[in-house]
Amino acid sequence: MTTLTPVLTDNWDAERAWTLAAYEERGGYAALDKAFAMAPDAVIDVVKESGLRGRGGAGFPTGMKWGFIPQDNPRPKYLVVNADESEPGTCKDIPLMMASPHTLVEGVIVSAYAIRANTAFIYVRGEVLHVIRRLQRAVQEAYLAGHLGRNIHGSGYDLDLIVHAGAGAYICGEETALLEGLEGRRGQPRLRPPFPAVAGLYASPTVINNVESIASVPSIITNGAGWFAGMGTEKSNGFGIFSLSGHVRNPGQYEAPLGITLRELIDLAGGMREGHELKFWTPGGSSTPLLTPEHLDVPLDFESVGAAGSMLGTRALQLFDETTCVVRAVLRWTEFYKHESCGKCTPCREGTWWLTQTLARLEKGQGSEADLDLLLDQCDNILGRSFCALGDGATSPISSSIQHFRDEYLAHLTNGGCPFDPAASTAFAPVGASA
Amino acid sequence: MSLDPQTLAELHEIADRYPEKRSGLLPMLHLIQSVEGRVTPEGIEVCAQVLGISAAEVNGVATFYTMYKRRPVGDYHVGVCTNTLCAVMGGDLIFERLKEHLDVGNDETTEDGKITLEHVECNAACDYAPVMMVNWEFMDNQTPESAVQVVDDLRAGREVHSTRGPRLCTWREAERVLAGFPDDRADEGPAAGPASLAGLKIAREKGWTAPEGEK
Repeated sequence: MTTLTPVLTDNWDAERAWTLAAYEERGGYAALDKAFAMAPDAVIDVVKESGLRGRGGAGFPTGMKWGFIPQDNPRPKYLVVNADESEPGTCKDIPLMMASPHTLVEGVIVSAYAIRANTAFIYVRGEVLHVIRRLQRAVQEAYLAGHLGRNIHGSGYDLDLIVHAGAGAYICGEETALLEGLEGRRGQPRLRPPFPAVAGLYASPTVINNVESIASVPSIITNGAGWFAGMGTEKSNGFGIFSLSGHVRNPGQYEAPLGITLRELIDLAGGMREGHELKFWTPGGSSTPLLTPEHLDVPLDFESVGAAGSMLGTRALQLFDETTCVVRAVLRWTEFYKHESCGKCTPCREGTWWLTQTLARLEKGQGSEADLDLLLDQCDNILGRSFCALGDGATSPISSSIQHFRDEYLAHLTNGGCPFDPAASTAFAPVGASA
Repeated sequence: MSLDPQTLAELHEIADRYPEKRSGLLPMLHLIQSVEGRVTPEGIEVCAQVLGISAAEVNGVATFYTMYKRRPVGDYHVGVCTNTLCAVMGGDLIFERLKEHLDVGNDETTEDGKITLEHVECNAACDYAPVMMVNWEFMDNQTPESAVQVVDDLRAGREVHSTRGPRLCTWREAERVLAGFPDDRADEGPAAGPASLAGLKIAREKGWTAPEGEK
């Protein structure tokens, strides 16, 4: 059985965990001196050896990303933390920054030192006021303590860190759209190449990493690359925060080695809610194709979830039981993608509207079986033809739900509408309620 | 120009935080909202002047992001998550109940100017579903009844606390924090809510830890 491995979550139950005093009492900011005693390239090597892969969903090796920064480029280098956590189901970075913002700030300092950036940004979504307060305070405390600013810890290294609040746009989780937002523009993705490593913020070499990736760096520097690589699976090293939500008895954050299974996690979370069973789930947010109970034993690592036809994504495990209508669920996600489509490219801008109309008709029990083929055809015209991954993501719930639950779509047609009672799936439904 | 000199100075202050001034535009528009109660045509003009760009460029940005409002917002912006997971867990029923109770539609404000109701997208608190946000503070694990209680208390001027944060401030005060002017409430509220600690609690009970680090 896989056991939980609290590292990033380990201080969340500490008294006033968000304060500098509480963080330093547990050895916080010690990774700085260890990193400053090493050459920046050596820090990059440690992160490469650890096998840390991006925790924002794509799983790109973090150390390799850092290594792409052209150090002979005379322009300033920038580190930007992607704290725009908005992928439906994803809820790990927000509690991390709320409980222990200093873990992130320490990670920023070590990471910026490694890529030789003297200015770093935390781009945090605007809709989380208290998290922003905690970040602002943590940065202020870190400056006053000499962890930020000029000649940090006497190392000769300078770093400024700016907390930047967004203003409501899922697309800004896409790294080049995020840069546009950070430059004060509409958040629309940029053509790549050039990649941000070469021409990112202000056309300068830029690393953009997810909160959890950067927050993992101090533990790797402190405990060693081998320590991190010793956890997880062969190609998906280390630990990660798994976020369980929905019809499970104890939803929440569970930090475990990559490769733990959903069956193990549901057991830890006390099982599905009483009298109900799992029907479908997302492994890593709504943009990752739906899975079913037959996938309960798939190791939750990048390779195994990929082989099962989905993606590990952000480990946002949204669990739905048999009271939930999959067509309703998919329609709602599709409306979300339609709302958040930035409008830059035609397949996504137009396609998400088409998808919504076709799905809405099916959900009402109107239309015909041929609409399922129409939906798949629309998906085919969006997937791989959109400017960024938002369009691709919009097709995932649709194509996977038709694959696994075709009969349920048809039941809406024969029933003349949705056969489910939405009240039965609510958190406040009486025990034993069913559709 | 009726924007006061202090606001103008603060707009410049925001722009000066960044290596390139235009990066300040998003927080600047938050500041405009904190002063004006919405993004006003005048606010757009002033931002454009401070940054040396056209009003059309500022307008393009102000209309792109959903947190910027063109119509006056009430003292309390109430956002009910109706993305799939929260909707299924009860968000749809909460939103319907609030519309009925407040007698407003989506993105509308009550006649007393207290509450603006809106359905919002996933706010990264799915383990506390169904979730409601008031001025972008978490109100976790809501029911239609608890949501009605919250808006009634707010309209009656009673003190309301976020389930995972401080006493609720007004929407304008919240916008000022988003503009980068802290309000000194960071120390209010807990470090984490119960769901955030679910796994850690089990690890503590069973004595599970991550492996020892390398020497």
